[in-house]
Amino acid sequence: MAGPRDRAWVGPVALIIALGLSAQPLPGWMAPARPDWVALVLIYLGIHTPQRLVLVQAVVAGLLLDALQGTPLGQHVLALVLCCYLPLKLHLRLMLVPIWQTMLLTAVFTAIYQFVMFWINGATGNDIGAAFYLWPLASNAIVWPLLLTLLDRARLGRRSSD
Amino acid sequence: MPAGTPGVHRVSTGPALGLRTFLCAAAAVLLMLVDQRTTLTEKPRAVLMTLVYPIQEAVAVPAQLLDWSDDATRTRAELARENNRLKRERLLADARLQQLNAIRAENDRLREMLDARPRVGASVRVAQILEVDTDPFRHRVVINKGGNDGVFERQAIIDANGVVGQVLRAGPVSATVLLISDPGHAVQVEVVRNGLRTVAFGSGDYDQLEIRFLPNNADIEVGDLLVTTSLSGDYPAGYPVAEVVAVEQQPRQAFARVTASPAAALTRMREVLLLSPTAAPQSAATETEEATDDGGT
Repeated sequence: MAGPRDRAWVGPVALIIALGLSAQPLPGWMAPARPDWVALVLIYLGIHTPQRLVLVQAVVAGLLLDALQGTPLGQHVLALVLCCYLPLKLHLRLMLVPIWQTMLLTAVFTAIYQFVMFWINGATGNDIGAAFYLWPLASNAIVWPLLLTLLDRARLGRRSSD
Repeated sequence: MPAGTPGVHRVSTGPALGLRTFLCAAAAVLLMLVDQRTTLTEKPRAVLMTLVYPIQEAVAVPAQLLDWSDDATRTRAELARENNRLKRERLLADARLQQLNAIRAENDRLREMLDARPRVGASVRVAQILEVDTDPFRHRVVINKGGNDGVFERQAIIDANGVVGQVLRAGPVSATVLLISDPGHAVQVEVVRNGLRTVAFGSGDYDQLEIRFLPNNADIEVGDLLVTTSLSGDYPAGYPVAEVVAVEQQPRQAFARVTASPAAALTRMREVLLLSPTAAPQSAATETEEATDDGGT
């Protein structure tokens, strides 16, 4: 819960690290399953710090991601903004859900992100096989608990989140 | 938010959230349309590319450290061996260059006789590839030279062996390069042996290009070298692109299946060369040859 001891700088810093991770070279067999780090961080921020202009952060991160990956400006913005909507909308309920269920929900939220990417890639003639968009969903669900723990620690200090 | 109302997030609940999401999404769609259809977004994109450049540099650090430690832990014997090998290669290359000068002089004379325009010279500059991943399904790399160093969009890029690709987007300090193996890339080529013109498409596989739309009876063989032509658009003519590795006649189809492997070492290169066409036919690179030409004839 956002309280007085909540650290405001954690969100932007986590987003910058996530941008770096999305440009980090991976071995060939792992590259298709790269987690959508930026989307995951934004989902976290949407659930836990909804008062902090998460949509604005999503727009800025999306623009930087577009510049980083050479995609049409706005592609990642649209995907990230739509991906943030449900976590923001349902944040009070989502905080009460057990971790294993949020893992599944994360896959659902990032499926929205991947669907928008798929749709725009198709529209701009950069289409790849549809199956390749499914791999990140699994890795997103797997890294979610780790991300949750790390960001809770960073944001709230040693005190546990609930 | 006043401290007395814990748990109430007045800015993020209610219908306003849906409206704000819609506005952001609509703005993103509009931005995409503007980006695809006009050139208005070039400046903002350059700013964004400069902003993310530190991130790209930081991400490339581990790979650079590996390179550095590889260099730092070489033994003397290894270095001596490499030095010997390089000297040998240099000698061979020099020997070949001597012939090249004579042939170029001859070519210039013949072109003059034919009243053909002299070939456009090109000057090159070296850029380093940043070890940065963009997208596993697009073949793009980031180089550490940008608009400030004279890099421009659609500029041709080669390595020591052949054509690498062209600049897709040039920021002020970095640029994104589209490789010839990207599925969205195509370049017109000709077979050196007989001048047959065709188009080499990227296949999405680093060591394969597809030569589509060649009829089954086209005169093309395994081992044929494909080079750029004067119709290759952004590429200057005569640079090697690929070598044909498989020709498969398909009797029931209109076209043969021809695949080629890129001449450039697309996955192993560290440095690439940026080609800049020079306005005058006698470029700095060819000036010395011109001098020897005058002396010789």
